[in-house]
Amino acid sequence: MIAEFWTEWGTDITEAFWQTLLMTGISLAISILIGLPLGILLVMTRKGGQAENRVFYSIVNTIINIIRSIPFIILLFLLLPLTRALIGTTIGVEGVILPLVVYTAPYIARLMESALLEVNKGVIEAYESMGISTSKIIWSVILREARSTMILGLTIATIGLIGATAMAGLVGAGGLGDLAYQYGHLRFEPVVMYVVIIILIILVQAMQTLGNVLARRLRKD
Amino acid sequence: MIELKNVSKTFTTGKKKVEALKDVSLKINKGEIYGVIGFSGAGKSTLIRCANLLERPTEGEVCIDGVDLTKLKKSQLRKTRGKIGMIFQHFNLLTTATVYENVARPLKLSKVPKHEIKERVDKYLKIVGLEEKKHVYPAQLSGGQKQRVAIARALAQEPEVLLSDEATSALDPNTTSSILELLLRVNKELGITIFLITHELDVIQRICDRVGVMHHGELVEEGSVIDVFTKPEHPQTRKFVFDEANFQVPDSVKKGLSATGRLVSLTFIGEASNEPFLAAITKKFDVVPSILAGGIDQLKASSVGKLLIHLQGDAAEVERAISYLEAQHVTVEEVAS
Repeated sequence: MIAEFWTEWGTDITEAFWQTLLMTGISLAISILIGLPLGILLVMTRKGGQAENRVFYSIVNTIINIIRSIPFIILLFLLLPLTRALIGTTIGVEGVILPLVVYTAPYIARLMESALLEVNKGVIEAYESMGISTSKIIWSVILREARSTMILGLTIATIGLIGATAMAGLVGAGGLGDLAYQYGHLRFEPVVMYVVIIILIILVQAMQTLGNVLARRLRKD
Repeated sequence: MIELKNVSKTFTTGKKKVEALKDVSLKINKGEIYGVIGFSGAGKSTLIRCANLLERPTEGEVCIDGVDLTKLKKSQLRKTRGKIGMIFQHFNLLTTATVYENVARPLKLSKVPKHEIKERVDKYLKIVGLEEKKHVYPAQLSGGQKQRVAIARALAQEPEVLLSDEATSALDPNTTSSILELLLRVNKELGITIFLITHELDVIQRICDRVGVMHHGELVEEGSVIDVFTKPEHPQTRKFVFDEANFQVPDSVKKGLSATGRLVSLTFIGEASNEPFLAAITKKFDVVPSILAGGIDQLKASSVGKLLIHLQGDAAEVERAISYLEAQHVTVEEVAS
C-alpha cells in the first residue's frame, strides 16, 4: 500500500519538499542579511545605545511594527503588484521570495534586537574602558555573547517561515503547503494531506532540535 | 597622574535632576593607591567612571598626565584609555570565551602582534595565579578567580593606572583579602597607580596610601589613611571609622558611666600601641580606668590602636591623667554621652 501510494505521489511530494526547502532557505538567507543589521541598528540607535538616534529608531521601529501587524496571507496579496514589478513574475518560488522576505526580515530584526539587548552591559563597558572601538565591540563582544540566543531566535523565525511558505502555495508558489491544499483539500485526497502534515512535523522538529543543540553548544555558562 | 578638577555630574531623568557629583577635585600621585570610600549613593561609582570618561562629567576636567580627556577626540580618547585599566564589581568577562581568550581578545582587538599576545597572556595569568585555568570558561570559576581573570585582562593592556570599581564587594572576606594582596603586589611590583572606590573600610585600611571620603556627591575629607583614621573630622568619616572599631556602646550604658567619670576614646599609632598607658596612669594618678571597647587596626603603613575607656576619679586627677596621655602622643577625645 505504501509502495502504491509512493509510485502515485512520490515525485510530487519530493518536488514539493524541495520547493519548500528552497523557498525557506533563500528567504531565510535574505531575511538574515536584512534583519540582523537592522537588529544591530535598533540596539545601537535606541535610547542609551552606542549611536543613539531617536529619529532613525522611531522610524524603523514603526515600520517594523506596521509590517508585523499585517497577516502574511494579506501581505502576500498586497505585495503582488510590487513583486510583479520587481521580479517579473508572481508565481513559482521566485514570485514568493519577496513577500516571504518582507514578512520575515522585520521579525528577525526584532528577535535579533532582543537577543542583543540581553548581553551584559558591563562586558560592553569593560571593552569600552579598554579603548576598543564600537564596531569591534559589536563583532567581538555583543554578537559573540548573544550568538546562542540569536540561534534560538533564528530557529523560531525559520519555523515561522516554513509555515508562511505553506500559505505561499495560494499564489502558485508550489511547496508542501500547496500540495496539501491542491490535492488534499480541493481534490479530496486526504492521505496526501496527512503525509504532508507528517513531513512538516518532522521538518519542524528537526529544525528545533538542531537549533537547540547548536545554541547549547555555543552557550558556556 | 590623575587629576579631577571641579568635576560635577548631573543626571537628568525626565524632569528630575540628580546631582551625583558636586564640584569634586582630587589628585592621585604616580605610584600610590588612592581609595575613595562612601556609602552607596554617595557618588563614588560615578566619580571613578569619570576618570576614564565612561561617564562624561557635566562640568570640570579629567586630566591624565596633564591631558584633559574631556577635550580629546574619540580616537585619541580610545588611545588614552589603553593606559587606564579597569576592574569591576561583577568582573564583566565574556561568558563565551575561555580564561585565555578573555585576556587575549582585547589585545587582538587593539592590534597587539600575535607572538606578543601569547607572551603577555601567559605572563599576566601567571601573575594572578591562574595559568592552570587557561582553558576553562568563566562559569567554572569562583568569584575570586573571575576577578583575577579581570585583573589579568586589565594588566595585559600594560596600563599605567588601574581603576577598581568595588572590585571586592561581591567577594567573601577571605577572597577579598587575597585580591587585595594581589592589588598591593600589582602596585609595588609593576608600579601601577591604583584608584579604587569601595564601601568597605577594610579595603582602605589594608592597601591605600591616601583616602577620600564621599558623602552626597561631595568629597568631604581627604588625606593620608593614617591621618584620616586617627583624626577623622567630618561626621561621615567618623561614622566610618568608629563603626568599624565597634565603638557602639549603648546610650544607656554611656549615660550611667558619664555620671561617675569621663568617657574618652584613645587613639595611638604604631609603636605607641605597645606601651602600657593604662597601667601607667593608674600608678601615677588617682584614677580608675576601665575599658569599654578597643582594638588595633593594621593599616598599610602602620598600626592604629583605639580604646574607649571610662576614667573614674577626681575631676582634676582625671584632667592630669589625660594631659599625661596626650604628652605620650595619644589622641584623647571626649565621647559625647
